Amino acid sequence: MSRQPYIRPMSKTTWYMRHGRYKVYMLREMTSFLVGFYTFLMIFALSALAANSPDQWNAFLASQQNPFMVALHGFALLYFLFFQTFPWFKLAPKAMPIQLGEKQLPDSFIVIGHYLAWVVLSAFIFWLAGVI
Amino acid sequence: MNFRQIDLEVMRYDPEKDDKPWFQQYNVPCEHDWAILDALNYVKENIDTTLAYRWSCHMMVCGSCGMMVNGEPSLTCKTFIRDLPDKVRVEPLENFPIERDLVVVLDDVMEKLQKVQPYIIRKEGDPPPQDQEFEQSRGALAKYRQLTMCINCMCCYSACPQYGLDNNFIGPAALSLAHRYNLDSRDQGKSARLDILADHDGVWDCSFVGACSEVCPKHVDPAAAIQQMKIDGAMEWWKLKMGFPGGDA
Repeated sequence: MSRQPYIRPMSKTTWYMRHGRYKVYMLREMTSFLVGFYTFLMIFALSALAANSPDQWNAFLASQQNPFMVALHGFALLYFLFFQTFPWFKLAPKAMPIQLGEKQLPDSFIVIGHYLAWVVLSAFIFWLAGVI
Repeated sequence: MNFRQIDLEVMRYDPEKDDKPWFQQYNVPCEHDWAILDALNYVKENIDTTLAYRWSCHMMVCGSCGMMVNGEPSLTCKTFIRDLPDKVRVEPLENFPIERDLVVVLDDVMEKLQKVQPYIIRKEGDPPPQDQEFEQSRGALAKYRQLTMCINCMCCYSACPQYGLDNNFIGPAALSLAHRYNLDSRDQGKSARLDILADHDGVWDCSFVGACSEVCPKHVDPAAAIQQMKIDGAMEWWKLKMGFPGGDA
């Protein structure tokens, strides 16, 4: 009797198509494109500032107000909410469980803590930006 | 007695005859309380004695009957026919080489389980108490108890695309076993395990797909264990950089 194990090939490019949970994972990972986009946007904004010319800075601000960019920012906000913020906050108690005596602190405490921190930090940023 | 006919599509592979696996269909009359394992046993006893698969306890303890059932890594002894459609496809666990029919080669994960040193390690000169119990509080036990539920069925490895794409990754069951000992108040082997766990093929190879925890029949939650180890590993690294002693004790 000879051993001749058979190895099933796994596609390096389409493996995630075989199950819904892998597709959701890939959608989550695709937020990296948006992170890349905002990195470039930050570089443009900084270079407009560094040029020390009010015209260039105002042109950058105007470019962000065109309907396409507004729609893109809106899309990015929703995408990050649904594929980063909500899932990661939900998973946070797994990564940082808090044990009190023999019992675990209920997951909801940790999740709510994250949302509270999010609201406080967002408010701080809006205050810093002069919005509130 | 109520019977329900199901079409059981089973992957077959005979290394001495076949170039690649193929599917064989069996028509199986199933009783209401049967699991997939019962249907396989029926095939083996009544239709085709050549069918090869692993099983032992039929009660979710031994971990040997893990297979793909309709594309989902499952323990076939706890996957009930009444919850499935009339056509059920059974394949060997994905991400493992097929030895024969539904039997996979597990040598790789067996080596990995050993590699993480899954036993209590004590520092030199600080042996465990002799001739008496090594006591532990219930709170200390609660820290790692869930991780002791693993039965090595390897469903988690089968669900893990990271392991499927690169099997150098130590993988979910072995990493959570390591974490189980790292969390044990009697253990002092955290830094001994750190080299393996914090290496490229250790916890950092995990991109938190989370599939391992979703399919785990014993609710061990390896994904959570791995994320906790990432935090632990990062803290240890900082401690080392800042000149603090490691957290073995």
